[in-house]
Amino acid sequence: MSIAAHAAILAGAVALLVRALSAEPLAVTIFGGWPTGIGVGFAARLPGAVLVVVAALIAFAAALYAVADIGARRRAGGYDALSLAMLAAVNGAFLTTDLFNLYVWFELALVAALGLITLDRREAQIGGALRYAAFAMLGATAILAGIALLYGVTGTLDLATLGRLLRTTPPSVATAAAAALLLGGLALKSGLFPFHQWLPSSYAAAPVTAAAVFAGLLTKMGFYALAVVLAGLWGGTTLLLPLGLIAAATMVLAALSALTQTDMRRLLGYHVAAQVGYMAAGLATGTAQGVTAAVFYMIHSMIVQANLFLGIGAIRRATGSWNLAHTGGMIRSNPLFAFLFAVPMLSLAGIPPLSGFWAKLLVVRAGLDAAPWLAVAALLSALITITSVAILWSEACWKSLRGRRVRRVPPAMLAGMGVLSAATLAIGLMPEPVLRVARLSAAAIARMGGGA
Amino acid sequence: MTILYALTAAAIMGAALYMILSRNMIRILLGLALLSTGVNLMIFLAGDFSSRQPPLIREGQQVLDEAADPLAQALILTAIVIGFALTVVLATIVMRGWRATGSLDVRRPDAPEQPDDPELRGPDAD
Repeated sequence: MSIAAHAAILAGAVALLVRALSAEPLAVTIFGGWPTGIGVGFAARLPGAVLVVVAALIAFAAALYAVADIGARRRAGGYDALSLAMLAAVNGAFLTTDLFNLYVWFELALVAALGLITLDRREAQIGGALRYAAFAMLGATAILAGIALLYGVTGTLDLATLGRLLRTTPPSVATAAAAALLLGGLALKSGLFPFHQWLPSSYAAAPVTAAAVFAGLLTKMGFYALAVVLAGLWGGTTLLLPLGLIAAATMVLAALSALTQTDMRRLLGYHVAAQVGYMAAGLATGTAQGVTAAVFYMIHSMIVQANLFLGIGAIRRATGSWNLAHTGGMIRSNPLFAFLFAVPMLSLAGIPPLSGFWAKLLVVRAGLDAAPWLAVAALLSALITITSVAILWSEACWKSLRGRRVRRVPPAMLAGMGVLSAATLAIGLMPEPVLRVARLSAAAIARMGGGA
Repeated sequence: MTILYALTAAAIMGAALYMILSRNMIRILLGLALLSTGVNLMIFLAGDFSSRQPPLIREGQQVLDEAADPLAQALILTAIVIGFALTVVLATIVMRGWRATGSLDVRRPDAPEQPDDPELRGPDAD
């Protein structure tokens, strides 16, 4: 039932992307029949339309995986309803044309995510949810304050109109404060340094299927909004230096934190944050090339991060522990799993020919052209990431597990991971279509305040 | 008048941020609720409130003349509802945390560190 619903969402999302890519006029729906610029509208534009497809793909894979991970008790606790509500909120944020509406979707996603984190009502989950809720509410309030200031200056909340007005009106204290508030709030939502501390503890608390969907969708939703606001509304010229510093710090420090973790969930949580740093680095170059790299990176990273969380859930199922010291033997006992898990692992490390290699290549090249120090930070972080991935791989897969037998990974888990691994392989072997979509997205973001 | 409103909003938000920095869960909860109130005041200020006329467009005209901004108030209404919902959710989590640990200190509910359990696990086991 749930799988069928997710498959239908995926089909609808693909249809929407095809519509957005074709030369037809924009597919726009405005509620209440108001004229454009006044009513709250939804439009199938890039990059939102392609992100909806990726989100639907991840949710579909998670639904397959959930057959083995989410039992009757969790389903009775509302797992299906909450995960669908979260997917709806994320899709709403990707498609809306209204800044205030974007904020509303953030809050809806937050409420659904809190329900998913506390699904088992254990103490660790309460602790994780408390941290997440307090941080996220603070971030959302900053976003709302920024929106209020923008509305006070321009008198509109429509993204296209707002972009046009912001590029023509001279900068003032109010717009500067609004930009800073939006950067701070959205950086918190995307898990950028120094606001990334909530991420590992709250993602680790959630049931692993939900954590995979969080890792795939939630931080990227924040980053999508950051890209739309900074590159779309302000034309990608404001706050580049602070964003670049944040990005460099996130890439290096979050990757370093991941090195010290022994709990697989926290380890991957830090990697989620570090990967958002790469996207922010692309955005911080302020060039069309950089935004293209950021969008490509976002598509790659959503799939890979979700898959990694699904993978550690399977390791936990097979070995009975989240702790790296007590895992092992996966390659001997579950060779198919080891293959499916190797794809996102190597992609995270940036090994060619997987999608992570192309994504990192694009970011580094954009960085070399605009701000070489960003490229240096990206390469340094890549080195640390490879080390961390090597540790995870040798501890969980190569090391033999003494005294205990490793159980088999259920086929439903393998099916869920297989969908995402196939997507990663496809992007890695044929990056051209995704790159073309990323270029079109960068152009669409740049056009937001201009002619369109 | 605007300055007065702005200073009031600033004072409310300052008090709210001070409360959020506390370690007591209830203070954090109240601080977050107060913070959203401060922001609501800011939105109110962003919409022009110098006029008391209802926002109705006269017969035969296309634009609204001198009137209060209805959109800003609609935004506040939405923000109040969302803020209320989130406050309730957070209050539930705080209550759960208090029941689990018997303390209101935010450091008490553990961050996820899971004890190892080599026993066989069913689908709902973690």
